[in-house]
Amino acid sequence: MNRFSYHRAETLADAISHLRGNPAAAIIAGGTNLVDLMKYEVERPGELVDVTRLDELRGISETPDGGLRIGALVPNSDVAYDERINARYPLLAHAVLAGATPQLRNAATTGGNLNQRTRCYYFNDVATPCNKREPGSGCSAIGGVNRIHAILGASDYCIATHPSDMCVALAALDAEVEVVGPDGKRRIAFADYHRLPGDEPQRDNTLRPGEIVVAVTLPREASAFAGNYTYLKLRDRLSYAFALVSVAAALKVDGRRIAAARLALGGVAHKPWRKLEAEEVLVGMSTDDAPFSRAADILLAGAQPHEHNAFKIDLARRAIVRALSQAAAGTPQSLTDKRIA
Amino acid sequence: MSQTQPGSPGIQIQITINGEPRRIAVQASNTLLDLLRHDLGLTGTKKGCDHGQCGACTVLIDGRRINSCLQLAVMQDGKEITTIEGVGQASQLHPLQQAFIERDAFQCGYCTPGQICSGIALIEEGHAATRDEIRELMSGNICRCGAYPNIVDAIEDVLVQRSGVSREAAE
Repeated sequence: MNRFSYHRAETLADAISHLRGNPAAAIIAGGTNLVDLMKYEVERPGELVDVTRLDELRGISETPDGGLRIGALVPNSDVAYDERINARYPLLAHAVLAGATPQLRNAATTGGNLNQRTRCYYFNDVATPCNKREPGSGCSAIGGVNRIHAILGASDYCIATHPSDMCVALAALDAEVEVVGPDGKRRIAFADYHRLPGDEPQRDNTLRPGEIVVAVTLPREASAFAGNYTYLKLRDRLSYAFALVSVAAALKVDGRRIAAARLALGGVAHKPWRKLEAEEVLVGMSTDDAPFSRAADILLAGAQPHEHNAFKIDLARRAIVRALSQAAAGTPQSLTDKRIA
Repeated sequence: MSQTQPGSPGIQIQITINGEPRRIAVQASNTLLDLLRHDLGLTGTKKGCDHGQCGACTVLIDGRRINSCLQLAVMQDGKEITTIEGVGQASQLHPLQQAFIERDAFQCGYCTPGQICSGIALIEEGHAATRDEIRELMSGNICRCGAYPNIVDAIEDVLVQRSGVSREAAE
């Protein structure tokens, strides 16, 4: 670990003033990703700004429009076991419990989940070139070992994936990210929060310098999907592994007719992967014979395999169909019985 | 807390470890795990992977099981830490420690302190009732000797004991 100075922020304004004009400063909260990366010297911050004492970043509360606001410091465990979230947004609870371990979920925060870095082997290995870690050095995954890498939305600069499960559900549920920075507060639609790598893969998201995530909000409308949903995660072992492919699927069902659909993929791109056209083909269809494979084809259009990950395209197609079938039947994938329902 | 620069003599923190309040000066880059083992001599907590993957370093922070290798000591100011040294005494073991002995839930024993701290928290959390649920919620603790079936047995024993007690209390 490099030497760094430590500052415990007493107010949000204090935290922002420490980040402003100080690109070497990094925010620390749960530490589960940042401390790990500091041990590998992938991250070498000059200053850590500890935001864990900021009360305005805590707690889950009702919003004026009937949704829920999850403070950036709320640990993953508290999201997963919150009664309101389980009643209104169970897809989110399931996605959170599909990730990491109880110990990590106790420490890892909501804001930190959004801002965690990729688990690309090369990003995590300072002995190899990586455009995300060291812009301009090249991408070792292209032409390297790329079994876990992106099949959608990648670039010639980077084929890393975003590793979160929570974010896949948040994308499907049309969450918003509330941030505060030197220019005040703004809200970012979840689909616009993470970005594709393009020629700047070092930028994971659209936060501006000095901005801090203070909360994630779930809209009231998304609670209409609480009856028919699933989070289906496929990985190399049955627990505590990142997704090769994951699917967040949720349907608003009226009788046997699909009134609305939500569909997002994890493990396949630099951000949760969602296309409204894939959801629209399901609207108005019967849950018995909706064109789930057509939705899969639309969502996966343009998929580009690399040497070791072509299997992900077929895996994703079948996982989407299975997840939509689970959602339609109202039988979400069990978190403990790992046989695929 | 005011800012400290690299190379400073350390930052004073106040923490309670196994019920005993302590004032300690720590470097910003010290992890809680290294503080416990190197500075305080509490070597029951083990360093396995040092990257949050194996669970050998699991301790309870304000009652929650957490990987101490990924926590900076300086951020624990004001917290209550329980390590394996604080869960029971040689003359009076914690029920889960006793169950680990009865069920032969270890071989080399290196992962055991983390397994027991994690298992104690699992029991308190109340989210596991079946063996599948115990397995899933113990996924953060790896045992390279492969004592898993016996570890699940031990935790299940204590869960059953606990539910028996609560049934009697309810009657």
